Amino acid sequence: MKPSRIPLVTTCIVLAFFYLPIAALVAKSFNSSRFSPEWKGFTLKWYSRLFERDDILAALVNSLKVAVIAASASMLLGTCAAFALHRYKSRLQDAHRVMVNVPLVLPDILMGMSLLLLFIAAGVSLSLATVTIAHVTFCLSYVTLVVLARLQDFDPNIVEAARDLGATRFQAFRKITLPILFPGVLAGGLLAFTLSIDDYVVTFFVKGPGSDTLPTLVYSMIKKSKELPVINALSTLMLLFTFLLVFASQRLTRPVNR
Amino acid sequence: MKSRKPELLATAPSFLWLALFVFVPVAIIFAIAFRPALPAGGIGEGWSLEAIRSLKDPIYPSLLLRTVTISFVTTALCLALALPVAWHLAKLPPKWRSRILILIIIPFWTNFVIRVFSWQQILHAEGAIANGLRSIGLLGDSDRLLGNSAAVIIVSVYTYLPFAILPIFAAAEKFDFALLDAARDLGAKPFRAFRSVFLPGIRQGLVTAILIVFIPMLGSYVIPDMVGGTDSQMLGNKIAQRNFNDRNLPQAAALSCALTLLVLAPMLLRRKEKAG
Repeated sequence: MKPSRIPLVTTCIVLAFFYLPIAALVAKSFNSSRFSPEWKGFTLKWYSRLFERDDILAALVNSLKVAVIAASASMLLGTCAAFALHRYKSRLQDAHRVMVNVPLVLPDILMGMSLLLLFIAAGVSLSLATVTIAHVTFCLSYVTLVVLARLQDFDPNIVEAARDLGATRFQAFRKITLPILFPGVLAGGLLAFTLSIDDYVVTFFVKGPGSDTLPTLVYSMIKKSKELPVINALSTLMLLFTFLLVFASQRLTRPVNR
Repeated sequence: MKSRKPELLATAPSFLWLALFVFVPVAIIFAIAFRPALPAGGIGEGWSLEAIRSLKDPIYPSLLLRTVTISFVTTALCLALALPVAWHLAKLPPKWRSRILILIIIPFWTNFVIRVFSWQQILHAEGAIANGLRSIGLLGDSDRLLGNSAAVIIVSVYTYLPFAILPIFAAAEKFDFALLDAARDLGAKPFRAFRSVFLPGIRQGLVTAILIVFIPMLGSYVIPDMVGGTDSQMLGNKIAQRNFNDRNLPQAAALSCALTLLVLAPMLLRRKEKAG
């Protein structure tokens, strides 16, 4: 029987659907025409305009600060959580698992809104610190899941073997568990970093005046239709950065022994 | 009995963090919905049913219906596209499979605001698509591609499709395709085999895909805000409007409660189904 062509054709259409908007954006960033979508010649002027803007640079620095702290903190908390979930079976861990899963299904706007009300109720003024707390909160669950997946691949017998061969508990942890777990933790951290850099909705709710991150600044520029070609240039650079990050994380998350 | 100290030590950090920054805040939403609003934008003392009563405003039923409809159509379209793609991926040789998977994952990693922005430009009144449709007479001079529910749905499908493909693919990868041959040998037509053998076989993946698209869709805010118009605003937009424009936090909280309950409904259904 002849296999249906529908799956192949749909896959091609979907890939085109995914990449055409991105390609159009990249092409536009080199188009010297300011308003019309027609091609008016190649230019790099939007890129040089981009580097002249201090507010974009400041927002980028804010984004990076938040992302680095949120990724590090959620790596620590998430690894701990994954370890507890993997190692112990108890009522406490059942509750723990539910708590870890809730942020995954909570719509961003509810997380943003509820954290905003928490900060208002507690009398905390909004700043980059509140943004960072919010980011740790939604990154934590993702890191836990990534590390947990790595732990499930992990064969506990090799730790036993190391102990039988005379390693102390600490040596076994440092020489066996940690190196095997490390790529998973790092992959979780990378995911947390991207989620944090990417976030708009939660940040918008809990950011204070003057604590714009890159997405919130870009969003307000888009809403005001200000300097759209510069946003194209910025987007192209961010896309490039994302591709590099995906490439790096793909290398990290390859299966362990294969 | 063994000491539980190590377990408690390992569990405490994440447990306490999530309790403080997820569960307490959600409880606060419900509490603030019962507070009076101050004209200056603050939260008053004492208790009041004012914000909850405001939900009776006749604008809300249609807003709710629109939110659910847009979410539903988006989910259905995502499934319709994700199924053939996952099928195709599952049948590919492993080398090609991982390559195409990466191509599907990359858009999921790119910045969300930028993705929506790229569509805003594509659907723009002076964009290539609008001009092309106009030149072949499919689009009137005054018609717009932006600012309606169709634009919201297209961009939502664009955003959530990778999330639908991944779980369905994960289930399809484990599916034994020889079962389909068996069904055909027993006389089933291809579509019948697909419906009665393949779909039940990847059921878990389908359920995950539906939840992963439908639930965040209910809370949509950015996409209707950027590519939708006044008649395609969703619940999320109303929450933001009450919050940032009207500075009426109790009403924003009451709407958030409604959204929370709306989000819980499909999850409770799933739990019931799992138990049953």
